[in-house]
Order: sequence, then C-alpha cells, then structure tokens
Amino acid sequence: MHSPVLFQLVVLVTSTFCAVWTADFPGSDASVISEILEPVGIAVESSPSSAPPLHRQYGVDTGKIASAAARAPVITDPMVSPTSPPGNRHRETEPVSFEIVKWNWEHAHGPFLVAVWIMVASLAKILFHLSSKVTTVVPESCLLILLGLGLGGIVLAATNRTEYQLDPKMFFLFLLPPIVLDSGYFMPSRLFFDNIGTILMYAVVGTLWNSSATGLALWGIKQAGLMDEKVDAGLMDFLLFGSLISAVDPVAVLAVFEEVHVNETLFIIVFGESLLNDAVTVVLYKVFNTFVEMGSDKVRAVDYVKGVASFFVVSLGGTVVGLVFAFILALTTRFTKRARIIEPLFVFLLVYLSYLTAEIASLSSILAMTFCGLCCKKYVEANISQKSRTTVKYTMKTMASIAETIIFMFLGISAVDTSMWTWDSALVLFTLVFVFVFRAVGVILQTWVLNRFRLCPLDRIDQVMMSYGGLRGAVAFALVILLDKSKVKAKDYFVATTITVVFFTVMFQGLTIKPLVKWLKVKRSNQHKPTLNEELHERAFDHILAAVEDIAGHHGYHHWRDKWEHFDKKYLSQLLMRKSAYRIKDEIWDVYQKLNIRDAMSFVDQGGHVLSSAKLSLPSLPSRTSFSETSVTNLLRENGSGVCLDLQVIDTVRSGKDKEDTVMHHVLAGNLYKPRKRYQANYSRHFISADEQEWQDREVIQRNMRCRLESFRSTKHSVYQSKGKSRHKKSQKKHRSSDVNGEVPNGKPKRNISWQDTVPVVMTMDSEEEEEDNSEAEKEEDEGITFVARAADEVLLEGKPSSTLGVCQSPFLLPPSPTCAEKELPWKGDQGDLPACVSSETTKIVPIDLQQAWNQSISSLESLPSPPVSEAQQLQRRTVPPARLEERGAPAALARPLQDPRFQFPERATAAGRRSEEDSAECIQQQELRPLMSPDKQPRPGPSTGSAGARWPVQFNRAARVSLLKNLVTASPYKGSGQTDL
Amino acid sequence: MGCNASTLAKIHNLDELILETGFSSSHICHLYNRFHSLDKDDKGLLNRGDFQNISELAVNPLGDRIINNFFPDGMDLIDFNSFARTLARFRPMEENPKKEPDSPEPINSRTNKLKFAFQLYDQDKDGKISNNELLQVLRMMLGVQVTEEQLDNITDRTIQEADLDGDHAISFKEFKKSLEKMDVENALSIRFL
Repeated sequence: MHSPVLFQLVVLVTSTFCAVWTADFPGSDASVISEILEPVGIAVESSPSSAPPLHRQYGVDTGKIASAAARAPVITDPMVSPTSPPGNRHRETEPVSFEIVKWNWEHAHGPFLVAVWIMVASLAKILFHLSSKVTTVVPESCLLILLGLGLGGIVLAATNRTEYQLDPKMFFLFLLPPIVLDSGYFMPSRLFFDNIGTILMYAVVGTLWNSSATGLALWGIKQAGLMDEKVDAGLMDFLLFGSLISAVDPVAVLAVFEEVHVNETLFIIVFGESLLNDAVTVVLYKVFNTFVEMGSDKVRAVDYVKGVASFFVVSLGGTVVGLVFAFILALTTRFTKRARIIEPLFVFLLVYLSYLTAEIASLSSILAMTFCGLCCKKYVEANISQKSRTTVKYTMKTMASIAETIIFMFLGISAVDTSMWTWDSALVLFTLVFVFVFRAVGVILQTWVLNRFRLCPLDRIDQVMMSYGGLRGAVAFALVILLDKSKVKAKDYFVATTITVVFFTVMFQGLTIKPLVKWLKVKRSNQHKPTLNEELHERAFDHILAAVEDIAGHHGYHHWRDKWEHFDKKYLSQLLMRKSAYRIKDEIWDVYQKLNIRDAMSFVDQGGHVLSSAKLSLPSLPSRTSFSETSVTNLLRENGSGVCLDLQVIDTVRSGKDKEDTVMHHVLAGNLYKPRKRYQANYSRHFISADEQEWQDREVIQRNMRCRLESFRSTKHSVYQSKGKSRHKKSQKKHRSSDVNGEVPNGKPKRNISWQDTVPVVMTMDSEEEEEDNSEAEKEEDEGITFVARAADEVLLEGKPSSTLGVCQSPFLLPPSPTCAEKELPWKGDQGDLPACVSSETTKIVPIDLQQAWNQSISSLESLPSPPVSEAQQLQRRTVPPARLEERGAPAALARPLQDPRFQFPERATAAGRRSEEDSAECIQQQELRPLMSPDKQPRPGPSTGSAGARWPVQFNRAARVSLLKNLVTASPYKGSGQTDL
Repeated sequence: MGCNASTLAKIHNLDELILETGFSSSHICHLYNRFHSLDKDDKGLLNRGDFQNISELAVNPLGDRIINNFFPDGMDLIDFNSFARTLARFRPMEENPKKEPDSPEPINSRTNKLKFAFQLYDQDKDGKISNNELLQVLRMMLGVQVTEEQLDNITDRTIQEADLDGDHAISFKEFKKSLEKMDVENALSIRFL
C-alpha cells in the first residue's frame, strides 16, 4: 500500500502507463487472457515473468519484479533476437534489410492489454444490460463475478499453470481510488453530515465490534476443537482475520445498493459506514498484522496504547490530508479561468494526490479521498465551467464504473486460483455465521443506543436492511492477499474463507436484497425533482430550527450548522470561489436556475403543443417528450423576442465572468416572460395559419432583425423605412385593410404572436377607430418620417431649402430615437437593415402593396379634373432613388419615398394638386408635407414645417416610449376582441 | 440540569402544559431555566427585546420574524406556558401516534409545524402568502448577492409553482401541498436534550 515511486508517477501523469510496461511479455501464446492478466498486475508473483532491465528504471513493483528479473527472460517475439533483452530493441534488431512491416508486439503490448481488458469488461457490461430481465433480478456485481469465474476457468484450462489474482497494489492504487473518488465527490453532503453521528458510530464502534467479536469467536471455535487441526492460527491471527473480514466494503455496498433504491437515510448510513470504516480497518489490520509478525508473546501493553493512538492519527490524519487537498483544489480551480480545458484534470489529480499522500503517510487513504471529494465539491462546482462540470461528472462515473467492473471480474478470476486455497469447512461456515450474526447484533445494539439521540429513529426494517447490507468485498480480499504467508501460517485458509465470504455476501445477499426490500416494504427513495418551494422553505426551516435552538438554549446540530454556514459564507466561500461564482452562489438561486433551464428545455420539447393546451401545467413537471420541431424555431415562437435578444447577448458577450452572468440572467429573464406569453398564445391559437413554413420564415426574419438591432446603429434608413412602411400600410387600410398597421400596436406586447398569429384578427380590426386609438407616438413617428422623407426627397431632387434640410437632419443627430423605437418594434427596423433576410419579404410584398397603392392613387389622380403631369413625373422621379437605395442594400428605403405619394394623392395631395397645378414639384411637396404631419383623423397640433419640425425628433424621443407603453395597453383589447369575434 | 420539584412548582398548570405540549417534566424544567435566563428582569414574562438579546439570533436572517412568531397576535409579552407551547411545535413526532379520532391534533403535528413556517411568510395574517410577502422573506434570506430583478423572478416563479387556484398567492393549503413530498416532520423537529 506504499508507493513512493507511484506517487511520483502520478505527478507525471503520463507515466502511469509505464507501470504497465514493466510487465513483460509472457512466454507462450497459449492464452491471450493469460497475457492480458499480467500487465494489469495479476499473477506477477509466480508467473515466469521477466522484467526487462530497461523498464525497471521506472521502479514500479520493485520487489516482485526484481525477483522475477533474476530468472531467465523469456522472449518469444520472432522479430527480436532471443539473446538480447527487449529493452535494447533498437540496437539488437538492426535489420539485415529493410522490413516493410514489423511485428512489434512487445513495444506496446502492455497498454494494449490493459485496453483490451477494459474493453472486455465494458463489453461484458453491455452484454448484461442487453437483457433487462436479467439485470433487474441479478445485480451486476454477481454477473461480473460469474464472468470472472468463467474467464478464470478458461485460463486455467488453457494454461494449466497460471495463477491469477487481484493484485492488492493494483487494487489499492488504481482500482479503488476511482470508486472512492466518485462516491466522495457525489456524496450528498447535506445528508451525509446530517447523519454523520450515526455513520461514525457504525463505522467505528460497529467495525471494532465486528472484528473483535468475529476474531474472538473464531478463536473460541478453534479452542473448542471444532476446526481442523491444520488451521495454524492463534488469537492474534484470528483477530487479524476478523479485522479484515469485518469491514463492510464500499465497492460491494455501492454496487448492490445503487440498484435497490432504498431511502436516502438508509443508503447514506450503510454507504457512509463502508467508506468511513476504512480508518478502523486499516488500523486494526496493521496493528494485528504487526502483532502477528512480532509474535503475540512479545506484544506489550504499550503497543496496545500505540494501536489506539494510531487509530486517531490514521483517521484524523487522513481526514486532514483530505481537507488540505480539498482546500488546495478549490483554490486552484478559482484561477483556472484562462485554462478551462484542464479544469477537470485538476479535480482528478488533486483528489488522487490526496489519496496517494495518505497512502504514503500510511494514513487512511479512503478517508482522505472521501473528505477531499466531499468538501471540495461545493467550491469546485461553483468555480469550474458547466462543460468542465459535465466532464468531471462523466469521467468520474466512467472510471468508477470501469474500476468496479474490473474489480468484480478479477474477484471471480482470482477465485479460480485454487493453489492458494485451503478449504476448511468449519472455518468457512463459522466465519459466515459469525460475520452475519455479529453484524446483526452490532446493528441492533448500536441502533438502540443511537435511537435515543436520533431525531428520526431507525426502525426495525432499517435495522434489518443495515444488517443485511453489510457486504464484504474486494477490500477484504486484497487485504488477505497482502498477508505474509511466512508469518501468518493459516493464510491459505483465510484466503479461501475470505473469498467464500465475499462471494456469499455479494452473490447471495446481493441477489436476495431486492426481494427483501420489496417484501419488507422498505421505504424507497422518492426521487423527485426539487421544486423552488421546497428549496425555499427548506432554507427557511433551517433558519427556524437554528433560531429555535438558540431560543431554547440548546446548542445542537442546527446551531453548529448555522455557525458553519455563516463562516463558510463569510470567509471560506469568498476565499475559494470566484467572485462571479460567489455572487451567484446560492442554493435557492441554483434551483431556480435549474428549474428555468429545465422549463426552457421542456418548453422547446413540447413544441407547439404548449399553445393548444389552455390549462398549462408547470413546464418543469412534464418530462421531455420529443423534439417535434426545430428547437430554435420553437423557442422563438414561444418566447418571443426576449429569447432572441438573450441569445444574441449570449453570443456577443465574450468575457467569461460576464458571460456566465448574462447567460444565466438572460435565460432566466427570458423564461420569466413565458407565462404571460403563453396565455396570449392561447388567445391567438385559433388564428395560427396553417402554413408552417411561412411562420418559420417570419421567425427567422424576426430573429435576424433582433440580432441586427443589437449592433445596428444607423438611424436614418431604419427609422424612415420602418415608419414609412407602417405608414404605407396605413394608407392601404381603406383599400385592402392592411394588417400591418394593427400590428404596430398589437405587436408591442407580444411581437411574435401578433406578427404570426393575429394577422387575420387585426385585419378585421383595422379601421378608423384604431387609427384614433393609436397613441401619440405613432403619429409622432409618422411626422418624423414625413420630415425625413421630405428632406430626403428634397435632397434628392434639389437640395434647396436649407431650413427643411436642417429639420430633416435632426433625426440623424439623434440615434437613440430610432434605436429605441426599433427595440420596441423590432420588425419596424428590420426591413431596413436586413436586406438578406427581409428583402425576400419586403421586396416581394411591399412593392406589390406599393404598386396597388400607387395605381390606386394614380387612378384617383386621373379621375380628378386635372392631374398634374409634372406631379406624376415628379413622383416617378422620386421612386427612382429608392430603387437605387434598395440595390445598395437598403430595401426599406423603397417605402419611404413612395409613402408620400400614397398618402398625398388620395387625401391631400390631390387637393393640393387641384389647388395649384402649376406649382412646382417643390411647392407641391411642401404642401404634401402638411397633411402628413397633421392628418385630419388624428387630432393634434399640426406642427409647422419650419421651427416646429426641428423639435419633433426630440419629442419623438421622449414621447415614443410613453406612447409605446400606451400601445401596449391598447393592443391587447383589440386582440382579445378580435378573437372573440372570430 | 438543576431540575427539581421546586422549579416545577413555580409553573402554572404544569400538568396541563405537559399534556398539551408533550414535554417531559425534565424538558419543562430545562425550558423553564432557559426562560428565566432569557428573562433578564425576572418579571416572568418575555418581551421581544429579551429574544433579541440572544446574540445568535441577531445573525439569523429570519430572526425577527421567528421572534414575532413567538408572540401571538398583538401581544408584546409572553409567559412561560406560551413560550413552551411554541417550542413544543418543534418536538419530534411520536413514532406511533395513537389514532384517536376525537383527540385534538397534537401541538407538534405536521400541520402545526407548517403553520409556524407559514406564519413566517404571512405577515398580514390573511391566510395567504402574497407576492410581496414572499419577496420580503426572500430578500432576507438571499442577502445582497442576488439582485432585485432576480428576486422578483424567483418570487414569481415560486408563487406560480405553488399556486393552484390562480390567485397569485400561496394559501396555507397550497403551502402544505407544495411541501407534501418533504419530510417536514423531521425537517422541522429538534431533538430537545
């Protein structure tokens, strides 16, 4: 269990493979399996192996390899000259001629075989789970042991000489740590510490009781003459055996209990015990081993005292080592911001280092690792990125799972090795009985004591389960293999007994525990997703309990936990967590966040169905069903612009800390709006057009618009065009009841919906009254447009009037106004700024609209007594520049110049035309402006063209927001009424 | 604990109190001593100031609310019996509660435990946790790390989650319902001595 060299190896991460290299290539190819076994550390002891001198420099496995190296090396590689050791390959294999392909097996056979072994183990796992029937009845660990037995049998039959076993060194250094790491890291810390007293009681007192009782009872049996005379063991030997056989094994417990879902309290007690009893086991094992080696007659009283002291040193020392490394780890991850990619590595490295450090100091390594994982988790999880968290989680689970698989498989294989077995029925039988009986007695006695102190007492069923769940496993086996045969005479008997006990507990109890759980109706864990209410109230409960304890003057557990949380919050978290992480670190907030993310996912998954159900259950409740449609589309449709903007923000914000914050913040903010929107979506459900494709197109447009809005800062075109468009549509009302106008007010609260769904409704609603209902902002916007339009026209045509020019310049100087409007009415801005996406629609639709309007206006003009030709020409001239603009990538510019004629002709311009046909185009335009600025239907002070116009943009700025808000209010009634109408 | 008959003799209606609260006489005695150590001026009554003098309570974010819960409506002073009755709510529940249909609900029942917690939120005592009330408690518990906006979000979400009848508030029934999966019996119990 001591491995100074390996310690260094871990520091150099890559050199782990070197350990495998030291295992040589076996002489015969009789069995691949036999070859495979050796590199993994199996049968290093007695197989005719040779250690290549070169490889020995790694110093791994010093004792055994060194002795093995004394033997003649067996080299079978045909490519390698038999006289030269493999290490000198380069020199010795100097080819006579160039070889195209060279069989270089030995070059990489070690890692290769390790990989093959893991492969076999993993494939076995897959195989077992192919049939769900088998795995529901038989625990995986049993199947793996059986598989190991089978493989071992094959090997034995094939080679007839090899002896394999689970190498203790390999087990303690490589196979056990992943499992302990996994269990420590993912241990529910709250539950663990809530039950820490009980767990410690069982782990310390229980294990002490079990080992001493078992040892003494076996010794008594021996004294009574019931055992074979050949079992040459004294009291110390039996106590040693008792110490290694009595420890509940974490691997076995985990393997079995994970499949039977007993309630958390029971699980944490049994599992916590199996982890924490390591300290006791290690100490007892070491103490008795030393006593046996010393000879029991030489043991003095001081040695017992030392043994007791050793227990405290080993357990507390292991814990301290774990805590120190947890601290280092948490601190390290605080600074990995710029090196995210190696974040997971730190977690594994440092926790493993804590294990190895404890091993080196011969402290309790399992304790060290458990506490390291347990304590660092909170801070590490807060510090590392989401991706790293996932990586850590899956890597840990994968490694633990593989390690567990290999352990059980090798347990099976090891059992085949009968050479070290010496069976004694009495020993085996009595051991089995004592192990079981003393476990049960210990549990009952301790529970009786504990229940006097426990808040929720452990009932009978719990006690039965605890007794029955005392599984022995690979730890016991590895420990018994480690015994020195020359000192412990009865080692062979002990090995056989241990294997039997392990097999019996894992196989028999593992098989029967599930039916037992069912039969006894053991409280199962009711796993449900945490709700915000529970989290919130639980926190409140904690505060209440702490306060009540304070009031009652009883400094109990809650009091100290409260104290600790204060300390943690005030100092530790601030020290160990990134500022960003610390700020957002709060369980309630975490739960909220998780819920929201889950909601978002389920929301997306549900697709359009959300709309159909009038009564919505909480989205977190339904499980993820199916991805009916593309997620983005759904997200956009359901959540509207908020989400779009959020996505945008996520993409644009690049600084890590801010990014994390904004991601969360925006995901949450986006979700907040949901309920409201969903209701609205319900309203408009009936008006969803059947054309899905069209929807999606629109959504894409919308999204693009919004994306653009973030970056788009050019004021003129967007404003003009957007407004021009709305105006243009307004003008169309009479002709074909344009929907777009209605869209403006309606769209503000629920953009996407109005855009997509309410089109028909709005169409019907579109009328004069709506115009009146439109708030000031609308009009002001229109005015702003007219100013601008006019100015632009003038610039285009003559560029003459300076005053008007000044007026129209003002919007240019005020970028915020358009952006503000755009933000509120994103679709307004889009036509202008999105030639690529929007143009498809605008260029198609708008021109047609325009043409219609245009034609109508022209026809109305023609119907008039004297339609000014110059006017028409003028208009045509005016239409030209927009076209050019459009070509330049500003399609919405199209709408701007055209809107004027549309408005002008039917309403005022015609009149103006009638009044003064001979007026120059300029004059006509100026006159045209007036009606636009102050349409009759919208009663308001019509601003004069000159100075009044100058302040319009400003007013627009201020008033726009207010009026938009008003629109928000006015919009929904329309919609609602429209729907009811239909 | 310095518990003796003379201490117990000072308590009014001792038998009644024991019956009602389920405390043993040693519990009562201990609590009585505690009561008096809190009662600085030995008037046999506790006011809010006495509670606030407990230094640990000062750091409890919900300390004031919890203290208020000790004082039934509008009262500024409580006597020992009232004190013990409030604390009795946090007594662990009996393993096998005798099912007597006509017996009154024990003071440490699940409902009573929850009621205590509910009152913490429901400050205006209208039987409902409104958005604002929840927000206040949240603000106390979450401290400054969370922004107002986030608080609002959490509040809305919490209410939406628990609100079954759509009145945008959590009634006691809904409160109970939202916690039905939780082991309230243990989460709101203290092992007294």
